[in-house]
Amino acid sequence: MGGLLAYIARRAAVAVPTLLVVSFVVFGLQLLLPGDPALALAGEDRDPEVIAYMRRLYHLDEPIWMQYGEWVFRVVRGDLGESIRLKETVGGLVATKLWVTAQLAVLSMLWAVAIGVPAGIVSAVKRDTLWDWSASAIGLAGLSIPNFWLGIMMILLFSVQLGWLPASGYVSPFEDPVGNLAALAMPSFVLGSGIAAVLMRHTRSAMLTVLNADYVRTARAKGLREKRVVRRHALRNALVPVVTLGAIQLGELLGGAVLTEQVFSIPGFGKLIVDAVFNRDYAVVQGVVLTTALLFILLNLAADLLYFLVNPRMRG
Amino acid sequence: MKRLIALAVAATLAAGAAAAQTTLRIGLAEDPDVMDPTTARTFVGRIVFAAVCDKLLDTDKDLNLVPQLATQWKWSDDQKSLTLTLRPNVKFHDGEPMDAAAVKYSLERHLKFPGSRRKGEISQIKAITVIDPLTVRLDLSVPFAPLIAQLTDRAGMIVSPKAAEAMGDKFGSAPVCAGPYRWVERVQQDRIVVERFADYWDKGAVAFDRIVYLPITDATVRLANLQSGQIDMVERVAATDVDTVRKNSRLHLAQVTELGYLGITFNIANGDKAKTPLARDPRVRQAIAAAIDREALNQVVFEGRFNPGNQWVSPQSPWYAKSVPVPKRDVAKAKALLQAAGVPNLSFTLNVPSGNENAQVVQVLQAMLQEAGIDMKLRTLEFATSLQMATKGDFEAYFIGWSGRVDPDGNIWTFVSCEAAQNDSKYCNPELDKWLKEARSTNDRERRMAAYEQAVKVAAQDVPIIYLYHRTWFYGLSGRLQGFRPVPDGLIRIQGLKLG
Amino acid sequence: MTAVVAAAVAAAPRDRWRAWRRLRRRPAAMVGLVVVAAFVALALAAPWIAPYDPLKTNFLLVRKPPSGLHWMGTDEIGRDVLSRVLWGARASLLAGVVSVAIALAVGVPLGLLSGYVRGWVDGLLMRITDGLLACPALILAIAMAAFLGPSLTNAMIAIGITATPIFIRLTRGQVLAVVVEDYVEAARALGNPHLRIAVRHVLPNVLPPILVQATLAMASAIIAEAALSFLGLGQQPPAPSWGSMLNIARNFIGQAPWMSWWPGLAIVTVVLAFNLLGDGLRDAFDPREG
Repeated sequence: MGGLLAYIARRAAVAVPTLLVVSFVVFGLQLLLPGDPALALAGEDRDPEVIAYMRRLYHLDEPIWMQYGEWVFRVVRGDLGESIRLKETVGGLVATKLWVTAQLAVLSMLWAVAIGVPAGIVSAVKRDTLWDWSASAIGLAGLSIPNFWLGIMMILLFSVQLGWLPASGYVSPFEDPVGNLAALAMPSFVLGSGIAAVLMRHTRSAMLTVLNADYVRTARAKGLREKRVVRRHALRNALVPVVTLGAIQLGELLGGAVLTEQVFSIPGFGKLIVDAVFNRDYAVVQGVVLTTALLFILLNLAADLLYFLVNPRMRG
Repeated sequence: MKRLIALAVAATLAAGAAAAQTTLRIGLAEDPDVMDPTTARTFVGRIVFAAVCDKLLDTDKDLNLVPQLATQWKWSDDQKSLTLTLRPNVKFHDGEPMDAAAVKYSLERHLKFPGSRRKGEISQIKAITVIDPLTVRLDLSVPFAPLIAQLTDRAGMIVSPKAAEAMGDKFGSAPVCAGPYRWVERVQQDRIVVERFADYWDKGAVAFDRIVYLPITDATVRLANLQSGQIDMVERVAATDVDTVRKNSRLHLAQVTELGYLGITFNIANGDKAKTPLARDPRVRQAIAAAIDREALNQVVFEGRFNPGNQWVSPQSPWYAKSVPVPKRDVAKAKALLQAAGVPNLSFTLNVPSGNENAQVVQVLQAMLQEAGIDMKLRTLEFATSLQMATKGDFEAYFIGWSGRVDPDGNIWTFVSCEAAQNDSKYCNPELDKWLKEARSTNDRERRMAAYEQAVKVAAQDVPIIYLYHRTWFYGLSGRLQGFRPVPDGLIRIQGLKLG
Repeated sequence: MTAVVAAAVAAAPRDRWRAWRRLRRRPAAMVGLVVVAAFVALALAAPWIAPYDPLKTNFLLVRKPPSGLHWMGTDEIGRDVLSRVLWGARASLLAGVVSVAIALAVGVPLGLLSGYVRGWVDGLLMRITDGLLACPALILAIAMAAFLGPSLTNAMIAIGITATPIFIRLTRGQVLAVVVEDYVEAARALGNPHLRIAVRHVLPNVLPPILVQATLAMASAIIAEAALSFLGLGQQPPAPSWGSMLNIARNFIGQAPWMSWWPGLAIVTVVLAFNLLGDGLRDAFDPREG
């Protein structure tokens, strides 16, 4: 157990410089992005007085290192600042949006697992047959279709033509659980279909490794039927790396749902940040990227811990 | 699901059984900004304000001023003071009375609030005097005819002084006004919900219990929501989607020509980019204008559904100078003008804010100019960047529009008059300034029109801006929705809307 | 001693021919390879085989469905969709190739350096890589493309930079595994200079997984170009790329669906082909499947 704690401590220590790099990246972008936020926010009227006022109000007239210092000082106290455009605290925005995107991410993972894991198993067990190749092709097709394109096609089919699902939007699960699932069904499928391919690949290769492993061979030699071998021995062990991979993919989903949220008008993280980039709403860009990075690091840590716990060899 | 049921129930009980909640769901093309009348800036925000904040005056489809919170208005003989008579017994959403003191408070807030975007619109107001609880007088520093039209927009929105004082700069997160609907909630980038205000002064005109505004940026997806019955009304249907709405028996279409315009602004004297024949010689700009076929542009990109134009107001506007009609394309004339100006092989770069519709328009223009021997290069920029470059003078020509104002002064003054704030061209012609000033200084409609006619003629010679077209606002409505009256300002007025 | 070293150094490359033979046995991968080759050929031949000028507008033929004259129909301002798809192949494939080339050119040397030199250089590079990997890639690409200004070149740079950290990581990991191998130890024992060891002995042996990753990255880069185009940050008018064609076409999905069929189909086909090829390569190089 001491080994575990030491491991966590070591990983946490490494996360600090990583976050520092993230903060440099975020501020570097702010330094480089053309387009003055005050001007972007002034709108078509561009009243010079308003622009000057906004500059003062949001310290845009200060040198970048001062802005960075102030930001770090606030962030370590848990204050992510205020959105220039939406006039709300970034912390509050992040919390509400994260909740929406998290639901989307979890549902997407469900789709991905439902498609990717069986396809990977079939493909490994029936290796180098037509089954293998078609499972691969279907899995990879999901990865090969641009998300926004698949999304619009699905809206046209399932909402306009068939009228089965709402075309876009988001409903809170507390308000209307069925409506929530209906609204997120298509976007989560679109996102999940891409991840399914990744899960499929890993399931397949993990299964292949395990199927060749000694204990599975032993089980086979003992005369167990193939189905039982697959289910009892191979699958359980093969799923370990798949689960850890899933945690990492979940982290990527949090930041990767950008276009899908845009197409389906889902008020999540992706939509928040795209609007923020185009409107030069730096506080929001910084807050969202920082949060995403933090979550990404935490999920990676969780994945490693999971791996660590189930795979004693790593403890050495 | 809930909303479908609500709508269905509403339809069955339309006769007026008040038991059911009726909800109107409106799809917006963008996410509104801060909902404080003093600091708000977006067009889409004004659509929501139309339900929440009444204005001193309103405008009808012919751009006439009509009463709203003020019932009468009168200019003094020297045109320097405006007396408004207010509607009696009007209440704000928080129960406070809407009176002369509240009007004074709101206007002063517009003038003094830090970061106010209204200040520039009504800066000619020198003093606001409460004469009695229902009469207020505005004294101006100079005669300024366009002022009254500003009172039909956000500058004319009256807010509850008590709420505004209490909330300060957070007023925009839950505005308290005297409109037909009161604020319920907003989920950023998702929805704005308002509910019927029981004490509204004109409550007979209001049929729905609730309105939900949903920003859906993709036009295809917005229309898909309307088609599938998820929402009852959408604004800004694409011109190319008009047939889809018309052919659908469960939908209908409403339309009106906008107040604004789209055009090409030239850099005349702003920095190094203005040291070209394009900037120095009006004949070169005239040639470009002559090489453009506005009608064909409209046909190709907008299926003929927008409005070709050549002035800062559309040909449908009462302020359009009919003596200067939209010119026909004349490639020979264009070539002759270029020859005369000594640049037969003109080449220049057009800055274009990114966006699909923009891209289509400028590509068509590029092809048209090519036929006149003009090489127009396209430089696509993000909107925020393009604005900054315009201000800095880092452009030769800029494809940019204006959302339009009720008074024509708002469409021209700030872009071309010598000292104006948004004159990115640094164009300056004292003669044009003279006519524009004259039009500002009087409330005599005939005199104003005559001055604008002269101004149009000067601008047509100098061509600091080539006006190309005026959009048509298209609205898609559920077949059951009735009583919608579109107005050129593009807003959705809830008054009169009902389920048929 | 010398003979042993020579044998060890020579042993490594033989694997690659075995990999090629294994790859040929995977029909899916071969289909991928053929499709990719076919698209590259079409892109290169575009000036000769495209029936029309891809920029030539015809205002009388706006959004016409496929016909004998225009096999894939015409677009929103009357240009031939087939010609644009062919020319667009250049932009889209270029987006894949150039951005991956950028990622390789930056990522592989840094990874090599990090894994071979170790020490504080490694520590620093790895923290930077971690930080970049933790930032959402598409968002970084969007911000960078916005910073550089919307154009195909800038989109390629943005995609390339965001793809770089993966290559640093991958190369470093492989290097760490390879430097302890006998033939590297042997080369070192013979007193070869470090640079020579790194380039001559280590690099060739870490290439296979990098090649796999590069193929797969090509697929994601083409998708990423389409994604940036969707936000108006990719190829700019009037020049075509599949992504920008698709972006325009989505406005006309109801009235002119053919405008989106062909670029959409082209993207899916070529990306799928890259993915199949990459997948096949991975299996072919994978020692676990001997």
